[in-house]
Amino acid sequence: MAESVPATHDEHHEQSFLIKYLWSTDHKIIGMQYLFTGMFMALIGGFFAYAFRMQLAFPGTDIPGWGLVTPPDYNALVTNHGTIMIFWVAMPVLVAALGNFLIPLMIGCDDMVFPRLNRLSFQVFFLSTVVLLSSFFVPGGAFGGAWTAYPPLSAQAAYNLTPWGAPLWVLAVALEFVAFLMGGINFITTTMNSRAPGMKMHDIPLVVWMIVLASIIFMLSVGPLVAGAVMLFFDQVLGTGFYDPARGGDPVLWQHLFWFFGHPEVYVVLLPAMGVVIEIITVFARKKFFGYTPVLYTTFAAGVISFTVWAHHQFIAGIDPRMAHIFTVTTLLISVPIALIVFCSIATLYGGAIRFTTPMLWALAFIFEFLLGGVTGIYLGAAGADIYFHDSYFVLAHFHYTFFPIGIIATFAALTYWFPKMFGRHLNETLGKIHFVGTIIPFNVIFIPLFILGLAGQHRRIYNFELFPDLAKPEFQDLRVLATVALLIMLIFQVVFLYNFFSSMIRGRKAEKNPYEANTLEWTAESPPPHGNWSELPSVYRGPYEYSVPGRKADFWPQNEPT
Amino acid sequence: MFEPFKVEALSTFAGDIDNVIIMITILVGFWFIVAQAALIGFCVLFRRRDGRKARYISGEKKSEMLWIAIPMALIVACDVYIALVDGPVWAKVKENLPEPDRIVRVIGQQWAWTFVHPGLDGKLDTPDDITTVGDLHVEVNKVYHFELTSRDVLHSFSIPVFRLKQDVIPGRKIVGWFEATGTGTYDIQCTEICGIGHGLMPARIEIETPEQHAAWMAERSQTLLASTTLPRAGQE
Repeated sequence: MAESVPATHDEHHEQSFLIKYLWSTDHKIIGMQYLFTGMFMALIGGFFAYAFRMQLAFPGTDIPGWGLVTPPDYNALVTNHGTIMIFWVAMPVLVAALGNFLIPLMIGCDDMVFPRLNRLSFQVFFLSTVVLLSSFFVPGGAFGGAWTAYPPLSAQAAYNLTPWGAPLWVLAVALEFVAFLMGGINFITTTMNSRAPGMKMHDIPLVVWMIVLASIIFMLSVGPLVAGAVMLFFDQVLGTGFYDPARGGDPVLWQHLFWFFGHPEVYVVLLPAMGVVIEIITVFARKKFFGYTPVLYTTFAAGVISFTVWAHHQFIAGIDPRMAHIFTVTTLLISVPIALIVFCSIATLYGGAIRFTTPMLWALAFIFEFLLGGVTGIYLGAAGADIYFHDSYFVLAHFHYTFFPIGIIATFAALTYWFPKMFGRHLNETLGKIHFVGTIIPFNVIFIPLFILGLAGQHRRIYNFELFPDLAKPEFQDLRVLATVALLIMLIFQVVFLYNFFSSMIRGRKAEKNPYEANTLEWTAESPPPHGNWSELPSVYRGPYEYSVPGRKADFWPQNEPT
Repeated sequence: MFEPFKVEALSTFAGDIDNVIIMITILVGFWFIVAQAALIGFCVLFRRRDGRKARYISGEKKSEMLWIAIPMALIVACDVYIALVDGPVWAKVKENLPEPDRIVRVIGQQWAWTFVHPGLDGKLDTPDDITTVGDLHVEVNKVYHFELTSRDVLHSFSIPVFRLKQDVIPGRKIVGWFEATGTGTYDIQCTEICGIGHGLMPARIEIETPEQHAAWMAERSQTLLASTTLPRAGQE
């Protein structure tokens, strides 16, 4: 253990603000740093969506807060919306913030195994954030070659016309990967080595398992992409030709490296989100989770299969067409473990005593919305059908029906659920439910029309459809306006959340240790937990989901309660 | 209500792809409804009521596992069925190219599509080739091969009414095929982001009857002939 952390946590002197919040090695503070950086970036990503959706609904008008959206603007906005929402919102909040905050508290230890590595992880992440945002203020503007950054467009300034923006984008993404690699090492080692006495492998809460598995998948998949990013950076700034066919390179190589990481990445963010949902539905249904071990091992299987599906992003990219059959089969197969996790979550509700609190509503909405995202993936996994859907709004609507439940719905579920533990106070339930309705309904009104437009052949990343006679019909434009108006309504309702979040932090009702009568260890610590988490570290006597056990009066049975 | 959004199916394989889409819709639609019904049904049936305690079910007993294992086996069966139906359709579009009646060349660049049609002799790389920018002329009921090349970055050649899409890669020549089954003028899209003008490279495909196509070729050959012979005549 690093020497900056005292061997015992009994005596703590007051630390200055700077040391406490900017140079802290405490896992909870680092978790909060990731959370607030992620929330800040979500505001930027949301603002970008507002700007380009306004352009699509009302092409060529002055957008309040942005101005005229030119074609280079449009490309930079969609590129960075995608980049930010995945790498600077979903990853830092779901994996890094929750992993940091929850893992030591849920496995019953005082901090991460490598606290200073943890601090370095956030500092590198913060640097990556600064690099990404700075790309908007350099000559030529921010990179606009899509979040997938396919060369040769991304590799040569002569093609992308962003001589500074493109290398800064690659640099930011590479730095961000380094940050999460360090964080992931901590999550895995801490969970394997620092569990409370008595906590066996099958006593670990599933959300912790999911974050650990996500970290393992991330570690195994990110290497090729970092290598690819270095080659891309060299192509951009040193003039090498790794991806330049004129000099013996191959642009499709990048696609393989990118998607070999990119598809497992979907599971890197999906698994923690599903873990969050599992924790919440067991608590508010007062039920043992249905099928802990089958779900755990199928999640392992899903992780393995996720390394064999990447080329379904490249069916029509010029790979040997015979390969498509293999990737169709692997892609369809990965639906099975994911369906199993979803079915077990639904089965958990059977025979429950369900309380529809705000976190529970978010968790149920996750399943409800993710189901549509899941089944629409089958169309894209089948190579024949994908010929029509590839790079259409159908794909766009499909992955928003997966990523929105993951990055937004599950995040709100987690924040509303653990808020009392994080800040020692309760959120306002009424405002929470208003925000829930004001987010979920507009979400569907945004993306159902985009499914229809995709079925009608509308293709992606076009800043103005007026040039395409088949897509410029008034009925098409009506749907675009509908989606944009729904987005505006959804964004307005986020003000309710921000008000509730920050005002409750100061004025909310004080939270006791275990307000939901939950079993897992974090609810045995003070709310909020002090540095070091417990004065005496807990021991564990049973699994995390022993709710409504027959013969017991109480309908919960904390993991640390001796038999 | 959905009539304006209907995309015509105008190639010999468009119907096959549509059938795959319909078949998938039926299968996943079934599972989607079953899962949503269970989710909503359980939420209604098992909402918290005074005096009723939740049941203790681990889901790890054999009898309980069957509730998940049977649906999983059925989902595997659905996946296998989808792959079996989808595979031949993919092979028809992308692998087994029929002998062509004509060959056209399609060149993507920032930010326009260039099309090279064979002239009256039906062959490419002869003086009567007809080169156009932004409009592709094809004859209905003829098997066409297209040769895709790019001058700069990736593009993607997409004709929604044909259900056809293929990325264009610099440094490679990719050959594909289509056979139109109906006439009309429709959009050609570039569906791979290719820079700031990605939205500015629309093109049209004109699918013509043999008479229309012959007339177009004759007209273009006239202008071609005129443009190539006139300067020479001037020199003499």
